[in-house]
Amino acid sequence: MADTLTLGKALNSGLRRAMEENPKVLIMGEDVGKLGGVFRITDGLQKDFGEERVIDTPLAESGIIGTAIGLALRGYRPICEIQFDGFVYPAFDQIVSQLAKMHYRSQGKVTLPVVIRIPYAGGIGAVEHHSESPEAYFCHTPGLKVVSCASPQDAYWMIQQAVASDDPIIFLEPKRRYYEKGVVDTSLSLDQAYPLHASRVLREGSDATLVAYGPTVRVALDAAEAAAEDDNRSLEVIDLRSLSPLDLDPVYESVRRTGRLVVIHEAPRTLGLGAEIAARVTEQCFYSLEAPVQRVTGYDTPYPPARIEDEYLPDLDRVLDAVDRTFTF
Amino acid sequence: MSKGNSKRGVTRRPSKNSSGDLEFVQLLTPQGEPIKHPDYSVNFTDEEYRALYRDMVIVRRLDAESLSLQRQGELALWASLLGQEAAQVGSARALREKDMVFPTYREHGVLWCRGLDPILPLKLFRCVNQGSWDPESHRFHMYTIVIGAHALHAVGYAMGVTKDGKVGSDDGEAVIVYFGDGASSQGDVAEAMSWAAVFNAPVVFFCQNNQYAISEPVERQARIPIYQRARGFGFPGIRVDGNDVLASYAVTRAALDAARHGQGPTLIEAYTYRMGAHTSSDDPTRYRVDAEVEAWKAKDPISRMRAFLTQQQIAGPDFFEAIDEEADKHAIELRERVLAMPDPEPVSMFDHVYPGGSPLLDDERAELVRYLESFESEGVR
Ligand SMILES: Cc1ncc(C[n+]2csc(CCOP(=O)(O)OP(=O)(O)O)c2C)c(N)n1
Ligand SMILES: [Mg+2]
Repeated sequence: MADTLTLGKALNSGLRRAMEENPKVLIMGEDVGKLGGVFRITDGLQKDFGEERVIDTPLAESGIIGTAIGLALRGYRPICEIQFDGFVYPAFDQIVSQLAKMHYRSQGKVTLPVVIRIPYAGGIGAVEHHSESPEAYFCHTPGLKVVSCASPQDAYWMIQQAVASDDPIIFLEPKRRYYEKGVVDTSLSLDQAYPLHASRVLREGSDATLVAYGPTVRVALDAAEAAAEDDNRSLEVIDLRSLSPLDLDPVYESVRRTGRLVVIHEAPRTLGLGAEIAARVTEQCFYSLEAPVQRVTGYDTPYPPARIEDEYLPDLDRVLDAVDRTFTF
Repeated sequence: MSKGNSKRGVTRRPSKNSSGDLEFVQLLTPQGEPIKHPDYSVNFTDEEYRALYRDMVIVRRLDAESLSLQRQGELALWASLLGQEAAQVGSARALREKDMVFPTYREHGVLWCRGLDPILPLKLFRCVNQGSWDPESHRFHMYTIVIGAHALHAVGYAMGVTKDGKVGSDDGEAVIVYFGDGASSQGDVAEAMSWAAVFNAPVVFFCQNNQYAISEPVERQARIPIYQRARGFGFPGIRVDGNDVLASYAVTRAALDAARHGQGPTLIEAYTYRMGAHTSSDDPTRYRVDAEVEAWKAKDPISRMRAFLTQQQIAGPDFFEAIDEEADKHAIELRERVLAMPDPEPVSMFDHVYPGGSPLLDDERAELVRYLESFESEGVR
């Protein structure tokens, strides 16, 4: 069966299916019940699964994650919603010191299948704390897995795979893409769906490689389209999908063919995912590279006031400029 | 979540007094009749009574104008104070000039009373800046959107006041922190209360219980009246009718005075109601019924003050009309200034990340300048 859904609705359907599959799955967060979440991603779920399974929590992020850990210890599989990226930090200890490390500390006796959904990144013209890209903090934390979906199909399947996984997973949702539509094939089984921790080539090309994830995947695809039309250049586009662990084999394979790589993310440049990818690609593909790996990212500032966020966010022109630079070496 | 655990002395709902009203300090009934309270009173001149009314009318009018500017696409968001005018104006007018305020994102009424330019919050909600007024200029800190975080800042500031020897006499300074019923669940707020108690900080915790944290009713945050939490931390808590500007003033005044005299913190729960949506992005019909909103309309803070002024012959129709006109003027001016507000320069995003700047940011600024200039030389793609 194939439906055309928005990314937000695909998440909603995926969550619904995860709830149906396993009675131990819970949803918890601020305003997720009666309101259905401020983005309506959990719309209708409390009505259908009840207040015992879809829980409006007190306003306390450390509480949400801390009690989710306790519920997981007791055999439940909580899906926590953090209302916006900038509000995850009160839960930082619970995520980084507690959730991430318990499996290791218990020498494998404890698993914590907790999913933390975070609407993240910018481009929606919001006030401060509503547009941030915190992924690097979590990717820098061994024990956590971090993924980001970029299409309705991935949203639908990745959220279910994340819930089924025994790892704690930070599930980053590109909020400015919630309303973008795409075809979702709901007829697969979880195992048939594209694997959770694998990157994916979305567009084949031979002149340069673009790597993106979450909200910048659309930017990369648009840039590849423009490069084909305007510059007669063939760009390959890879959606990372999994930010931790990274699945870079398809990237290496691509760079060995194209010799050029541009990594795109909204998070600040310094110590962002682009830095890690550049280092690894340099290690693995040194003799294939025609140019240094280029990064098109947010700047090393706090997320700026939204009236100037367009200049902060990687856009098509900045990506094409970076591609141009890779041809000047 | 246990239910009805009265055997432990815990009541799940606020207790009611004989008149059926909630137990709280009230000096004006919803009909505008003055009532006596054994511990609290006000001693205003007619002029001062009228000034409180004027403040409330103006902040409500500015709020309505801001909301309409948002609806017209001029602001990204607006967090309305509708219904909370008395709690904000009453408490703010109880402050002395050198007292310090730590607001949330909804305290436009307090901001007005502190004498800041009312355009300032609209800059934040238009997203041209992040609330960059000088906290010291009017002793009013920046807005804090991350729920509860500023409660700790207020307590630390108050500890500094003590260290500076500025408590213990009528000349002392006090600090007030505003937060919501939802915020009362945050760890930071609980920590703030522990610290305030341990260090006897000259701070007033002013919780506007407007019954909701976005969609969640206050029962999702607390199973006892919020003011009663103070006892567990070791300082007094009190509930005031937050729609009564006189009571809000009197209770806050007393708490601030206790703080400045070295008697430590107080938690005030101003019992009020958020008449509008949480913000312009919210749809309250999804989680509350009209009848509830209607019931609170009957307790409106402004009409009660107006009834009082009329009944006491402190003000009449001419005065009310003049205030409405003045409020309109402020609103029109606000609108004009918003429409004329320029966007910031893109390169300004690199300013003030560090007091001394940084070489990295200098490079990135130059990169952005080159990039923007490339459009001028090339023409837009
Ligand atoms: C740490 C944090 N978590 C979540 C939010 C999102 N949020 C903004 S306002 C709000 C509700 C606040 O309720 P309350 O404290 O009662 O204040 P009110 O808005 O009613 O004035 C929430 C959950 C936030 N701003 N900060
Ligand atoms: Mg509230």
